[in-house]
Amino acid sequence: MIGESRKMKNKVKVAILGPGNIGTDLMFKITKSRYMELEYVVGIQETEGLKLARKREIKTTSNGIKDILGINDIKIVFDATSAKAHSMHADLLGAAGIFTIDLTPAAIGAYCVPSINFDYAILNDDNVNMVTCGGQATIPIVAAINSVADVSYAEIVASLSSKSAGPGTRQNIDEFTQTTKKAIEKIAGADLAKAIIILNPAEPPILMKNTIYTIVKKPDIEIIKESVKKMVAQINEYVPGYRVVMGPILSVDKITTMIEVEGSGDFLPSYSGNLDIMTCAAVQVGEKYASKLLGVKK
Amino acid sequence: MKTVYIKDTTLRDGSHAISHQFMPKDISEIALSLEDAGADIISVGHGDGLGGSSLQYGLGAITDLQYVNAAASVLNKAKLQVLLLPGIGTINDLKLAKKHGANVAGISTHITEADIAEQHIKVARDMGMFTIGYLIMCHMESTEKLTEQALLMESYGAEVIYITDSAGAFLPHEVKQRVCALKNNLSIPVGFHAHNNLGLAIANSLVAIKEGATYIDSSLMGFGAGAGNCSTEMLLAVLKKMEIPTNMDLYKTIDAGNQVLLPLLKEKGVSLPRFTSDTLMLGYAGVYSSFLIHVKKAAEQFDVDSRDVLVELGNRKAVGGQEDWIIQVAHEISLNSLS
Repeated sequence: MIGESRKMKNKVKVAILGPGNIGTDLMFKITKSRYMELEYVVGIQETEGLKLARKREIKTTSNGIKDILGINDIKIVFDATSAKAHSMHADLLGAAGIFTIDLTPAAIGAYCVPSINFDYAILNDDNVNMVTCGGQATIPIVAAINSVADVSYAEIVASLSSKSAGPGTRQNIDEFTQTTKKAIEKIAGADLAKAIIILNPAEPPILMKNTIYTIVKKPDIEIIKESVKKMVAQINEYVPGYRVVMGPILSVDKITTMIEVEGSGDFLPSYSGNLDIMTCAAVQVGEKYASKLLGVKK
Repeated sequence: MKTVYIKDTTLRDGSHAISHQFMPKDISEIALSLEDAGADIISVGHGDGLGGSSLQYGLGAITDLQYVNAAASVLNKAKLQVLLLPGIGTINDLKLAKKHGANVAGISTHITEADIAEQHIKVARDMGMFTIGYLIMCHMESTEKLTEQALLMESYGAEVIYITDSAGAFLPHEVKQRVCALKNNLSIPVGFHAHNNLGLAIANSLVAIKEGATYIDSSLMGFGAGAGNCSTEMLLAVLKKMEIPTNMDLYKTIDAGNQVLLPLLKEKGVSLPRFTSDTLMLGYAGVYSSFLIHVKKAAEQFDVDSRDVLVELGNRKAVGGQEDWIIQVAHEISLNSLS
């Protein structure tokens, strides 16, 4: 992989906004990219994340977004700040014509879950939203079940370790449940959805665990199992630590499936599967957009 | 001795014991009888609060607003509380409940997670609701942790902090330590919410009062999750004998239980919570009381011993709201016993 990444001469230059946990994990992942080159990491104050970036010979600024808007080379920006900050960044980046991958729950652009609506159509927008970690983890399963069994109601319960839930999630926990719910209805195909999030402080920290309940109109469990299995294989292409731990189990018309996400441990500890699935998905979208710019044929 | 305020939770914690099947008529009748008996605050709603109706916790027979409307339409004097657990319900749910007549907001988080409730507590205060912060599953953490988290809730604007013994696992000396610490560190009143899983609901509530708690949760005949809550009637009788003042009338409260709640439960074929091997294990293993009915179901579905499920949930440190873990644990135990 590394040999190949060196061979690619013209990589697309990208920047990260927000050098927190997610931003730093993104940095580790993007440095391994075949099509993207990390040009800048942007903060609003000097942080550990910026220090780490400079150590890796990546340019940094602590003056905020304005320092990168004039740089013509930067074609993709990953926003890992907060919903509030992103609503300001979105207009500036849009005006500058920079493709933006939004990892906050601001949900200004179209929802994107790579295994579901990951095609060039979504890349015609200039701002895509990565929903929430709970959404990235559960929407594919709901969609897989919906495609063969017609889901009338989907409910997801995301359990995260307290340690992996940062201040962004904690201060805006309603945004998490509401954005996840809306995205399940919009792109997973459930008629109606509900999302619940639970933080568990147990030590050692628990892995991210999600329970997906669906009420289906066509409860053929063998077909459903097959569809879920195929979907998990697809997700594993970009999130290796994603696995089903129980089910799908059928009870009348209710299907219960539990999945677990172990992080790849790039920067964040492996219990932070919830953060890892977000950064994996975002990098996947970035790769796709960059390869399109470079004219890479599949 | 200071007046002890009674918050009756028959219509909220009791919702667990009736699998969230109270109907508007039931709510109006019970709320009215409680107000008549002098209850200071009446808590209503799905057992898991606003937005609690779900496959995870049990679908409610009626909506959140039906709960609120049914109580608000009959209450004049008593305050009306709704419960909100951030992560399950939202600020929008709270705003709607307020619009329909709820004037007390119970905002509840796991003992270590007070900061997820900052927005909710602030909004509740801004709307002019009397705002109570609940720290639940308090037996899982130290007194220092409790104090730290209670101070956070106080700083967001909570007007009372409840120590919530959600698993009915506290021993009297542990309650004493915790109430004492909060009385020394907070400048707002302290409340206590008991479950009777170890038969200590009355004893623990008395210890809390003795150490200075002035808000106590109880329910008619102890109707609530697990082995039930502290019984309102019994609490009143004991407080009366101890000459501790409350705003409730003992006979009228006994009548509310006997003449309103009991016939209603009989009609629905629902029994009062009582001591069973499973409720004892809730308290012993420190498991969330509202898991009880879900554990019974899962134990039947997977043909395993419910006590094993409860002990394993305790080992895994499941917190309130993680009813889905019950299914996984029961499933795993069934697989292990096959192999």
